[in-house]
Amino acid sequence: MVAVLPSGGAKFEQARVGRRKSTPYLLLIPGLAWLTVFFLVPLFSLAQTSLMNARQPGNPDAGFLPGFNVANYSSAMQAYLEQYARSFEYAAMATVLALIIAYPLAYFIAFRSGRFKNFLLVLVVAPFFASFLIRTYAWRTILADDGFVTQFINNLGLLPDHRIIATPIAVVAGLTYNFLPFMTLPLYSSLEKIDVRLIEAAGDLYAKPFTGFRKVTVPLSLPGVVAGTLLTFIPAAGDYINAQLLGGPTDRMIGNVIDSQFIQIRDYPTAAAMSFVLLVTILVVVTVYVRRAGTEELL
Amino acid sequence: MNRTPEDPRIAHLVRLMSRRRVLQLGGLAGVGAVAAACGSGIGGSTASTSATPAPTNTDISDKEKIMNWSTWIDYIDVDKAGHRPTLDRFHRETGILVNYNEDYNDNNEFYAKVRTQLENGQPIGRDLITATDWMANIWIRKGYAQRIDLANVPNHANIGETWMNVAFDPTRAFTMPWMSGFAGLGWNKKLLLKATGKTEIKTLDDLWDPRLKGRVTILSEMRDTIGVTLMAMGKRADKFTDADFQAAIDLLQKKVDDGTIRQVTGNDYKTAMAAGEVIAAIAWSGDMLNDTNTYGFNIPESGGTLWTDNMLIPVLAAHKKNAEAWMNFYYQPDVAATVAAYVQYISPVKGAQDAMKKIDPTQVNNPAIFPDQKTLASVQVFMPLTDVQQASYSQKFAKLSGA
Repeated sequence: MVAVLPSGGAKFEQARVGRRKSTPYLLLIPGLAWLTVFFLVPLFSLAQTSLMNARQPGNPDAGFLPGFNVANYSSAMQAYLEQYARSFEYAAMATVLALIIAYPLAYFIAFRSGRFKNFLLVLVVAPFFASFLIRTYAWRTILADDGFVTQFINNLGLLPDHRIIATPIAVVAGLTYNFLPFMTLPLYSSLEKIDVRLIEAAGDLYAKPFTGFRKVTVPLSLPGVVAGTLLTFIPAAGDYINAQLLGGPTDRMIGNVIDSQFIQIRDYPTAAAMSFVLLVTILVVVTVYVRRAGTEELL
Repeated sequence: MNRTPEDPRIAHLVRLMSRRRVLQLGGLAGVGAVAAACGSGIGGSTASTSATPAPTNTDISDKEKIMNWSTWIDYIDVDKAGHRPTLDRFHRETGILVNYNEDYNDNNEFYAKVRTQLENGQPIGRDLITATDWMANIWIRKGYAQRIDLANVPNHANIGETWMNVAFDPTRAFTMPWMSGFAGLGWNKKLLLKATGKTEIKTLDDLWDPRLKGRVTILSEMRDTIGVTLMAMGKRADKFTDADFQAAIDLLQKKVDDGTIRQVTGNDYKTAMAAGEVIAAIAWSGDMLNDTNTYGFNIPESGGTLWTDNMLIPVLAAHKKNAEAWMNFYYQPDVAATVAAYVQYISPVKGAQDAMKKIDPTQVNNPAIFPDQKTLASVQVFMPLTDVQQASYSQKFAKLSGA
């Protein structure tokens, strides 16, 4: 065959192969450029800022000079360990709650909603049509001290402070609400992919419905659980809007501290060091989690 | 004289360039490129180069009859239709349209928003801001404020005596006071009566009433909250030690930890009080007194703080002359009286009290607008802070709000 081909055709083939080889790299350029400009450069600048020295000790207003002041990290950690711990605690609680709420919801949409499936999916995403801030503000009204919800729960004797706003309950509830779609959508997509015949087969092999759910549906939906928990936990740990608008002074999270250090105190190195610690801690937590959960299925 | 290009922005750039270039080239020749490269820090660049004259602006006031103002909410008269009569009158008389932005929520927050531009010698897009004394001090000291051209503001002479004698701007060359006010104790009348059976709050201890637990807020403006607390502890707000400050923080921290204080807030405490979430607060006088049917206000028996917000023209403002026209307009006694009658803060304009007789006779002897000697004796101006004190105090104060 090859011998029959005119030499010009061979060259043409070669050129095509060459172009095909370079195509993936060309396709990568926009993404890489984006990441470099908007992720790597700021990350480097953040790291550099976190190690700066004050031009005048005790006076952040005088500005900062490049340096290698590792003490920024230890002093920041020492002063705000409480808020770090609280951030991960609240984020973990919100993630678990979101999972408990989202799993049945996603299950229903995937298997039982029939022709309403698309409509229900739109409803899950609908909150995104309004701004994050406005939705969080709305909760202040819904959960207001004299409002129906608070009065009702309070009458059941469940509220030690007789209120919801400015308590940890409001912050965790706000986080759960705001990140619920990020949990629901990946769960739905992995539940929806399950081959129903596998569940039927479990029934044929005399598994009770719940056993079938436990041994077939749950394992097959795990990729969705992992993706959903990551998409909820990571932004929730760094969030500060919910704690700011719904929490009180004893419910602040690390995002609030970073905000206050940047805006009020203007101590950029401390703020940068805290951001960096948050970044690294989340990275470690997520790595351990993903290793344990196994994400081959995700990819 | 150099001819500058027609377009004011280009003209500005040309001038900026030439001055900068000259300085830079001189610096490079003397110290070398390495030093210049190492000198890049964050912040404070103007502090170190304060010898450089502040960049001058090209004023396009005559071409563009507008003025951009950033100020606090609820700080000018509003009629029932939602219009602002005083701004409308200014527009009718001068043809200048004021873009009135209520985006000055908090001194620190606003400063943080425009700081990078100021440090890089870029215009911030505002021709006038309303900064509290201590913040105005920072702007003047760093060269971010423009000197007022007194030829454009003959009514500058109407600044009340009390306001002329300020340390940060001794001849009022850069600032003109907008309003002064007190920080003291405010409450929602109906809710207070329901919760405690009392009709007013007189001392800081009344605020810590167990029946008000979780329904009390304090101001995020450190000088007001700490000032009121210091005086309640028998100290002075205008002269105190680090230990006094720490004692005030400790007292408030205890009230935060035991749940008495619900929130440390900016101006939005008023919204929370209207919604019924907050019953009583450390509050600003005018906020409470402009609706006496709903709210009550007292200067605590131990004393309150007195502060002033000042009109200040930022560097590179494009409509400086229009801003000066506004300052001059506001400093007419009848205009000042009209605004004060609505906002219920202290008017710094000479003759406003006389003018009030025509505008609203019931307000002539209102101590909230024209405080008498007894009222003034019960308030203090917060002690001026050094940079280091400012930094360490705000750090400690921020911890009170949990961050």
